[in-house]
Amino acid sequence: MSGNAQTLLEVRGVETYYGKIAALRGVDLSVDRGEIVTMIGANGAGKSTLMMTICGSPQARTGQIIYDGADITHVPTHEIMRLGIAQSPEGRRIFPRMTVMENLQMGAALVDPKLFEDDLRRVFTLFPRLKERISQRGGTLSGGEQQMLAIARALMSRPKLLLLDEPSLGLAPLIVKQIFEAIRELNENEGLTVFLVEQNAFHALKLAHRGYVMVNGNVTMSGTGAELLKREEVRAAYLEGGRH
Amino acid sequence: MAASETQVPTSTQKPVGAQAQSEARRAAPHTTEAASKNRLAASLRDAALAAFLAGVLGFFFIGLRTDLAPGGLDIRARWGAWLTSIAIVFIGRLALNVFVFKAAHPVGEGVGAKIAGVGKAAPKLGKWLTRALFIFALALPFFFTTFFPGRDRQFIDLAILIMTYIMLGWGLNIVVGLAGLLDLGYVAFYAVGAYSFALLAQHFEIGFWAALPLAGLLAAFWGIILGFPVLRLRGDYLAIVTLAFGEIIRIVLLNWYSFTGGPNGISGIPKPTFFGLELGRGDDGFAAFFGIEYDPIQRFIYLYYIIFALALLTNLVTLRLRKLPIGRAWEALREDEIACRSLGINTRNTKLTAFAIGAMFGGFAGSFFATRQGFISPESFTFIESAMILAIVVLGGLGSQLGIVIASIVMIGGIEMLRNLGFLTQIFGPGFDPVQYRMLIFGLAMVLIMVWKPRGLVTTREPTAALREKKRIGADMVAQGEGH
Repeated sequence: MSGNAQTLLEVRGVETYYGKIAALRGVDLSVDRGEIVTMIGANGAGKSTLMMTICGSPQARTGQIIYDGADITHVPTHEIMRLGIAQSPEGRRIFPRMTVMENLQMGAALVDPKLFEDDLRRVFTLFPRLKERISQRGGTLSGGEQQMLAIARALMSRPKLLLLDEPSLGLAPLIVKQIFEAIRELNENEGLTVFLVEQNAFHALKLAHRGYVMVNGNVTMSGTGAELLKREEVRAAYLEGGRH
Repeated sequence: MAASETQVPTSTQKPVGAQAQSEARRAAPHTTEAASKNRLAASLRDAALAAFLAGVLGFFFIGLRTDLAPGGLDIRARWGAWLTSIAIVFIGRLALNVFVFKAAHPVGEGVGAKIAGVGKAAPKLGKWLTRALFIFALALPFFFTTFFPGRDRQFIDLAILIMTYIMLGWGLNIVVGLAGLLDLGYVAFYAVGAYSFALLAQHFEIGFWAALPLAGLLAAFWGIILGFPVLRLRGDYLAIVTLAFGEIIRIVLLNWYSFTGGPNGISGIPKPTFFGLELGRGDDGFAAFFGIEYDPIQRFIYLYYIIFALALLTNLVTLRLRKLPIGRAWEALREDEIACRSLGINTRNTKLTAFAIGAMFGGFAGSFFATRQGFISPESFTFIESAMILAIVVLGGLGSQLGIVIASIVMIGGIEMLRNLGFLTQIFGPGFDPVQYRMLIFGLAMVLIMVWKPRGLVTTREPTAALREKKRIGADMVAQGEGH
C-alpha cells in the first residue's frame, strides 16, 4: 500500500532500457485520484517510453510502478489493462480496416456486454462525430476523428485511469481544442483520472492540474500546470515560437 | 529500370526510362508528327532490345535440345523454334509499345478500372451469387447424374476435390485472412488429420465418424505446438517457420518407417459408413437396406455430401466466430497487435486459438482425404499443396468466404478443365499437349488477377456489427498497404 490512499498511480525510480540504451533514468511521479497530470518534454525525452513502461511493455528494469496500491511493474500488459487502466497509444493505433463500431467493441472486450449500449451512448455524447461515422472504416476517418475514436475506444473499457499519449499529434489547433475540452469534461463530470503525455506544452499545462517536465529520461521539473506555464525555463524550451 | 523507380527524383536528378517517357507524355499531351515518329523509333529500339534478350536467354533453352542417344546425350539445334520465339517477342513487344506503353492513348486504359468497378456493384450480386452457388452445390450430384450420366463420376469426383480445397481455404482463412498470421505450412495439419485417421483405423479399427473428431483434436493440438514457438514472429519470419514446420511433418512421415509406413504410405483405409451401413454391394449395404438398386455412384455422392457438410460447418463456425469477441480479436490482431495488447487482449491465447481452430479444420479435411483416397502417403502433402491453398485464400481476397469459393472453383476446376482442351490441338497441330501448358496458363491467370485486383477477387469486408443498417466497405477503402 502506498503512503497516500489518494494516490492512484505512483512511479518510483523507474529505469527502462532499450538494449543497453537507457530511455528512462530514474523517473518518479505520482498521480492522485481525480487529477489530470501531464508530462511534457521534447522529442525523444522518454515520454512515450514512460507511458509504455506503465503498461508493462517494455517492463522497467529497476524501480516500481504502483497502481491502486498494487505493484504492477512485472505484470503482463494485457493483465495491467484489466486492472482499470486504459491507454490511447501514441499514433492512435486504431484498427484501420474495422468499422468505428467494431473498434469500440474491441475497446469493450473486457467489459460485461450488457453495459455496452450505455457505454456507447456515453462516448457518443462526448464525441458526436463518431456517431455519424459509426459504420465507416476506421482508416477512412480524419486524424481528429481517429484520435476521438482512440480515446473513445479506451473509455469503453470503463477505466479508472486513462493514459493518453500525444492526443494532439498532427491535429489542427481547433481539433486539439475540442479533444482537450473533452478530456476536461471527462475529468470534471466523471472524476476520471488522466495521465497525459504531450509535446504541446501550452495546451497540456493549461488543462492539467499538475505537470512534470522530462528531459533525457529524467524528470527535471514539476509543479501545478499554472506554475510551470510561468516558469522561464519551460517558456524558453517548450513555448516560444507560438502557442500552437 | 527498377532502380530508377525507387529513386526519389530531385532537382538535380532527371528521371530516366519509362518514367521519363510517361512524364514527357504528360507534359506534351498534344502530340506532333515528330513526336510520333520519335515514339515509333523508340518502340522499335525497345522491341529490338527485347528480341535480343529473348535470343540470348532462349539460345540454350529453346535453340538447343538434348536427346538421349546411344552412348550419352545428343545435342540437336532447333534454329527454327529459336527464331520463331525471337520473332514472337519482337512483334509482341512492338505491339505493346505502339498500342500501350508508348501510345498517346493506351489501349485498354480503363480496363483495370472497369474490372475494379465490378466489385463495387458486388454487394447484391455477391448475395445472390452466394445463394445460387449454395443451391447448386446442394443439388450438384443429381445435376450431374441427370444431365451428364456418362461422365457423372468424373464430375462429382472433381466437385469433391474442389469442395475439399474450399474447406481447406476456409480453414486457412481463419489463420491468414482473419488473424493475419501468414502460414505456409498449412498442409502439415492436413497431413496430421489424414495420418491420424489412417493410423487409428489401422491399429484400433476406428471408423471414419469416430476418428473425425479425434483427427481434428490432434491437428488442433499440433496447431498449438506450432503456435507456441512462433508467437513472437510476424509476417515473413512467421511464414518461413511455418514453411519449415510443414516440411518437418512431411519428412517425419517419410522417415518414421515403423510407424507411418514411410514412402509406402498407408493403404486400406476404411470408407465412411452411413449410420453403420456400408456403401457397398453387399446385402447389409446402403442400397439393400433402402431397397434401391446398387450403383457405384452412390459412394461418390455420399462422399460429396460429407465434404459439403464439413465445408459448411467450417463456414458457419467461421461466420459465427467473426461475430464473437474472439473473432473480432483475431481481426484486430491482424490490424494492430500493440493496440490489441493495450486493450487488454491476451495476444498469445488469441493467436493460439486461431492456429488451433484453423488446424482443426485442416485435420477434418485431412481425415476426409484419407477416407476418400483409401491410401495416403507423404507425397500428397508437399509444399505445393500449402502454396495452392494459400493462393486460393489470397486470390479470393483475404478474409472473404465467397472469394475462396470462386478461387477454388477457378483454380482447381480450371486446372482440371485444362486437361480437356483437346480442341487446341486443331489450332496448334497434333503435337500440342495442353496439359503441359496448364501450369503456365495457371501462372498467367494469377499474374493477371494480381495486376487487376491486387487485393484478391472479393475485397469487400462485411462489418460484423452495425448500429442500424449494414454498410459495405468497398475495395477502394481497403487500399493496398494500409493497415500494416
